Amino acid sequence: MDFLLKSVVAPGFFTSQPVITAMIVGGGAAIVSAIVGVFTVIRGQSFAGHALADVSSAGGSASFLIGVNPLLGFVVMALVAGAGIEVFGVKDVRERDLVTGIITGAGLGLAALLLYFAVRTTSTTGAAITVMFGSMFAISQSVAPLAIAVGFAALLMVGLLFRPLLLTSLDPELAAVAGINVRLVNGLFLMMLALAVSLSAITIGAVLSTALLIGPAATALRLASRPGIVLLLAPFAGLIATFGGILLAYDSYGWGGGHGWPVSFCIVALVLTLYLLASLVSRFGIGLKALDIEA
Amino acid sequence: MEGGDEVLGVADLSVAFPGHKVLDRVGFSLRAGEFCGLVGSNGSGKTTLLKAILGFVKPQAGSVYLSRAEGRQPSVGYVPQKIALDSYMPLRARDLVSLGLDGRRLGLPLPDAERRARVEAMLSAVDASGFAQERIGNLSGGQQQRVLIAHALVRRPKLLLLDEPLANLDIRSAAEIVALLRRISSAEKIAVLLSTHDMNPLLGAMDRIVYLAHGRAVSGGIDEVVRTEVLSRLYGYHIDVVRVHDRILVIAAESAGEAHEELAHEPAHVAEIP
Repeated sequence: MDFLLKSVVAPGFFTSQPVITAMIVGGGAAIVSAIVGVFTVIRGQSFAGHALADVSSAGGSASFLIGVNPLLGFVVMALVAGAGIEVFGVKDVRERDLVTGIITGAGLGLAALLLYFAVRTTSTTGAAITVMFGSMFAISQSVAPLAIAVGFAALLMVGLLFRPLLLTSLDPELAAVAGINVRLVNGLFLMMLALAVSLSAITIGAVLSTALLIGPAATALRLASRPGIVLLLAPFAGLIATFGGILLAYDSYGWGGGHGWPVSFCIVALVLTLYLLASLVSRFGIGLKALDIEA
Repeated sequence: MEGGDEVLGVADLSVAFPGHKVLDRVGFSLRAGEFCGLVGSNGSGKTTLLKAILGFVKPQAGSVYLSRAEGRQPSVGYVPQKIALDSYMPLRARDLVSLGLDGRRLGLPLPDAERRARVEAMLSAVDASGFAQERIGNLSGGQQQRVLIAHALVRRPKLLLLDEPLANLDIRSAAEIVALLRRISSAEKIAVLLSTHDMNPLLGAMDRIVYLAHGRAVSGGIDEVVRTEVLSRLYGYHIDVVRVHDRILVIAAESAGEAHEELAHEPAHVAEIP
């Protein structure tokens, strides 16, 4: 057993402070993103999720430029973008997509400008790589408390709005007849989405954050048909991908070449692998029916 | 307003969208346990009328009365025309019915024997117990309609509105859904207003009919409205009303001419509501 553990986990993994910080922040991001991701997928808002992540990169870039907690920048900008999508694009799906696309372009443009200034100021390209593609082993310990707070806020909102969210995701008119304020629920969901993608962005970068948002949720949706089970499976898949990705990246320092592999790549590769496995299992009709016991 | 058991009253309701008047002084009412067909061709305003009753569309004039118990929300169940029930939606049939009961409540649902019993009873009432564990998106059109009806009825509303629930069903499934609604309407004293462009599936079940054309409504009992001369005038071309084996069948003439505008100038009620 000890031999097996040592052959899989490189020495110093469990005592490395960057690894511990990455596990805390990445684990929180995986759980929150996967749960919010389930609703994102069933509401057909994957594009909005990606857009918020892209726009949040402007906030992350600004944080590097002015030297504040980068998660704060991601969160503020994602919330602003979410509010923009809700205020300007609520009439129909086509208009919402249009507004989302325009806001995404504007956000990325702003991020490009801020990163240009950051690179000019620091004379390194590290900020651009970190904001866009993540740099988990470089996450500051000071990010962890805010990440935990943001994660709790998002999960609390999901827990409170679980049933109204399900019903509005299914059909807004059915929800309205039940007495639900559909616009309020939609707005609050965009807020949850903004918090989730901010956590993902600080973990694996703004560009790749959609992988943690959509991948584990889609994996769980392939396997189970009960909402409660899906909401347990999705974060489980997200945690496997995140912790497995961190482990692979850490181990990769010993694979030769003198450099480790990017954590973001390892996480995204595992997310894709899990989804493909779930699709295979689902295609052959195995599923997790045994878990779908009566409510 | 009419008697004390009136659950829906629509009075002089007018709805217009920019450059287009959809409903013009529409009026009719429904009592507890009545089964009413809302009939009209595509684009005649059936969905708009249902949405105005639900409060989703603001009328330019007129009013809608919905009965309510001791200051509570109006008791209305609704089955919409189009609902995307994709196969990846993580909801079983019983979950959807359960959401009809407490979908607006905050917090995670906890195990509740009373709620479970009501959901089971409703699933049984619409003959959906056999597929209650299946993903809603994997069910057939007829099965989905049963589950949506159970979702709408589980809170025991006084009024059930259904927007073209038979549109995508085969003849047998449509007949089964109509028979199911008739049975529940009579047993639970629920008023049913069901919109359709084809009145034939409803003819054996309806107590009354509201016919929409050119923004105006004609309402009355089946014997008053479903007659060759009345329907021919409403549709604008010859319609045969045929009785076969104690059943009524409405058949359009082979070469249906252009609908004329006569109805637009008719009084709102050709046949008075009894």
